[in-house]
Amino acid sequence: MSTATPEKQLANVEEATVRFCGDSGDGMQLAGTQFTNTSALAGNDVATFPDFPAEIRAPRGTKAGVSGFQIHFSSNEIYTPGDTVDSLVAMNPAALATNLQDLRDGGILLVNKDAFDKKGLEQAGYETNPLEDGSLEKYKLHSVEMTKLVRLAVEGLGLSQKEADRCRNFFAMGLVFWLYDRSLDPTLRFIETKFGKKPEIAQANTAALKAGFNYGETVEAINTQYHVDPAVLPPGKYRNIMGNTALAWGLLAAAQLSEKRLFLGAYPITPASDILHELSKHKHYDVLTFQAEDEIAAVTSTIGASFAGAMAVTASSGPGIALKGEALGLAVITELPMVIINVQRGGPSTGLPTKTEQSDLWQAMYGRNGECPMCVIAASGPADCFYAVQEAWRISSKYMMPVFFLTDGYIANGSEPWRIPKMADLPKIEIKHPESRDSAADDFEQFQPYTRDDLLARPWAIPGTPGLEHRLGGLEKADGTGNVSYDPANHQHMTDVRQKKVDLVADDIPEQKVFGEKEGDLLVLSWGGTYGSCTTAVRHAQKAGKKVSHCHLRYINPFPKDLEGILRGFKQVLIPELNMGQLRSIIRDRYLIDAKGLNKVQGKPFSVAEISEKINEMV
Amino acid sequence: MSIETPLPVLKPADFASDQDVRWCPGCGDYSILAQMKKVMPTLGLPREKIVFISGIGCSSRFPYYMNTYGMHSIHGRAPAVATGLKSVRPDLQCWVITGDGDGLSIGGNHLMHAIRRNMDLNIVLFNNRIYGLTKGQYSPTSPLGKKTKSTPMGAIDNPLHPLSIAIGAEATFVARSIDTNIKHLGAMLSRAAEHRGTAFLEVYQNCNVFNDGAWQYATDRQSKTETTLELQHGKPLIFGKDRDKGIRLNGLDPEVVELGKGIKEDDLLFHDEKSPEPSLAYLLSRMRYEDGFPEPIGVFRSVKAPRYDDMINDQIEEAQKQHGKGDLDKLFNSGETWDVA
Ligand SMILES: Cc1ncc(C[n+]2csc(CCOP(=O)(O)OP(=O)(O)O)c2C)c(N)n1
Ligand code: SF4
Repeated sequence: MSTATPEKQLANVEEATVRFCGDSGDGMQLAGTQFTNTSALAGNDVATFPDFPAEIRAPRGTKAGVSGFQIHFSSNEIYTPGDTVDSLVAMNPAALATNLQDLRDGGILLVNKDAFDKKGLEQAGYETNPLEDGSLEKYKLHSVEMTKLVRLAVEGLGLSQKEADRCRNFFAMGLVFWLYDRSLDPTLRFIETKFGKKPEIAQANTAALKAGFNYGETVEAINTQYHVDPAVLPPGKYRNIMGNTALAWGLLAAAQLSEKRLFLGAYPITPASDILHELSKHKHYDVLTFQAEDEIAAVTSTIGASFAGAMAVTASSGPGIALKGEALGLAVITELPMVIINVQRGGPSTGLPTKTEQSDLWQAMYGRNGECPMCVIAASGPADCFYAVQEAWRISSKYMMPVFFLTDGYIANGSEPWRIPKMADLPKIEIKHPESRDSAADDFEQFQPYTRDDLLARPWAIPGTPGLEHRLGGLEKADGTGNVSYDPANHQHMTDVRQKKVDLVADDIPEQKVFGEKEGDLLVLSWGGTYGSCTTAVRHAQKAGKKVSHCHLRYINPFPKDLEGILRGFKQVLIPELNMGQLRSIIRDRYLIDAKGLNKVQGKPFSVAEISEKINEMV
Repeated sequence: MSIETPLPVLKPADFASDQDVRWCPGCGDYSILAQMKKVMPTLGLPREKIVFISGIGCSSRFPYYMNTYGMHSIHGRAPAVATGLKSVRPDLQCWVITGDGDGLSIGGNHLMHAIRRNMDLNIVLFNNRIYGLTKGQYSPTSPLGKKTKSTPMGAIDNPLHPLSIAIGAEATFVARSIDTNIKHLGAMLSRAAEHRGTAFLEVYQNCNVFNDGAWQYATDRQSKTETTLELQHGKPLIFGKDRDKGIRLNGLDPEVVELGKGIKEDDLLFHDEKSPEPSLAYLLSRMRYEDGFPEPIGVFRSVKAPRYDDMINDQIEEAQKQHGKGDLDKLFNSGETWDVA
């Protein structure tokens, strides 16, 4: 459906990247989300990058308070929210000042002219008005009196000026919707459900949305509309999904697939809180969500819930995981299954709470006292959270040990289309518990909680089961009986067993996928949220004829068995990470391979260009 | 319909695990363990329905010696471990064993929160006014001036009073007993077990190695009738070898009075463990030997209130009533979706 009027042109483009930015009170996250959903519904592949300040309400109009949402949408498969921006919407001078550097030359710049007053310019540090001083010449600048137009559009609805101004984001949306030939219907439906109970607000937002759209259609200065065709995705039913939602739903699915009650022990922390929020909405799936008094209680209640036989999960971010350290040792020594989720953010200490980083890998691997190995699994993107966390629970319950699950702020808040699975098609997770025994029987023998199966897993005997009474605890246990033991040889043995359990997982995971040839000049090895930029950069390099391949790790401890062989098939190995080289040093340590790093800790994901540049430098 | 097999008749010995008890000879913990084993068979619960969870400390070795389910967890965190367990399985009877260091120092936060949630836990705090396991440093209940390895010039921080803390956190059941007063201790353990909600029981426990005699005034045959007062619901507060002394309210403050000489029993303070307001229980918890009062033992407070472990499960039932049992396919397909052919 084209909405182009005869005077206007409709240009077909393969893909586009749009960023909405403004004050954190300007509703930019909502605008971005609506645009994303609309593009996804139009059949595009989409990838998003919301970026918000740490302060809930930084002073209005300041640079510290700028909030942004970037959407990359395409008729091809895409893996990142885009390096540079084709169209930038800036609702005030501070937003322009902090975001302009990402707009490509010749890109479209939509600004709210009314916000460029003396105060606004001063707050953004502008000495002259950029809309007038010619500094924006290389862009297609459209400065629109959004505040004024919105006030006019909602006139007669009885709104205060403040309320009227709150509709500006809908005007901006409307204009961008027109620009990219998008339907207003999904957003109109959204307004109906969200504001249905406040008809005047619903009417005002609708009016503002339509005013923005009509502005595009009528104003002569904007004469080209862009259209991005639907992408050719594998057939199926799709929805757009955010990382933390996919993770929460993955947990719900894992619980059903293993026929378990789900227990989440958590203490609020950005960017992990949404997992707690999402699961708290779904109690009717037999979900117990416990907002604990702190992270220590969150993890120890999780241990208690696991002992009681539930699928037990705790979710936090770096500082909270630090508090959980001691208890994770208890989880390891008691050999109880549970999933520990770390949605990583910038550190150390409180660091950059709303920004992404991958700097807790060592914490997951080594951040405990004693010899305390843990299986570590990392999601590669928003939709992957759904599947990867089921895998974490499968391994945890099968081997009777806690499993670390890593995501990051970028994955958690980013979104992408997700092909909706059918529960019936997902593999069941089988869990067995030892059966009750008659302790009055003549041949009754005391239950031994540390006997082991072929995979060295001990039985998960649940309190309440007759005849299996036993005591767990943090003191070293004699293998078999589970009695407290200070025997030197037993401690060595148990330490070996705990390591072996993790190692055995390597026999139970798929071979490492290699994107590209299995030998060549350079292998790019990545993990976690850098998947998209790495795979895109490698694709570019391959198109340019370079012998570059890509491996993305889901399993970090243990590594897939064939990883070493793959690494040795390449002359060079590059490990891009949003940390100072944590995976790189593990790889070097494990295989004595001189892997090189590309490292960045700026609270931002890699751009494709950054990785491409490094690849080009190396081969 | 399944035929319920009658509960086997259990004896105290059935609750003993096969592990050697390793407390120092003469430690007050033995007596608490013995009373616990004695009380267990009277509770009408099979062994598998009972779980003991402890933190770290001498006292926290307790679960290893009980032939029930149990966990010796980490320092201070037993209430939180128990919270997870009890939320998932409200049908289990859950005991938390803790010490004055474990429960009030490193674990103070969890203790307070378990109590305010009114989780159905029976928390027994073994108060020996010292760190036993780490060999004799002062604890949060050690008196001012207490000389220990870590306080050679005397402790300078004010002690905490476990029952005042529990009452401050709105505990629905608060009681105190003494390791050597075995009959009373057994009765208090039973009362704690019967209570639905958090039952908080402080036990004066002698650490004969690092703090011997800390409670001597309350255990000594000669003095104990003068230094302790056994609370009885609905009865006046009377104590003394000849039951000739009592506690009377003077304004808002308690005072010790002698009976006779114009003072009748009716003039005394009457104990009411069921009072909805915790003020009386709090007042009792502040009566200290060092201030010239007998220290009350018995049940300070026992009131009914909704329990977290019930409510967290009720909410699930309620949600299922409202939305039906969760259907994940429905959830995944909710909201805006589109088809790719
Ligand atoms: C995290 C941590 N810090 C310190 C210790 C050392 N520690 C073990 S028991 C204890 C104090 C125990 O005192 P209390 O709770 O009074 O128990 P008691 O031994 O007197 O029964 C301490 C400090 C520990 N086990 N874990
Ligand atoms: S150190 Fe004290 S508390 Fe610990 S076992 Fe010995 S006597 Fe008992």
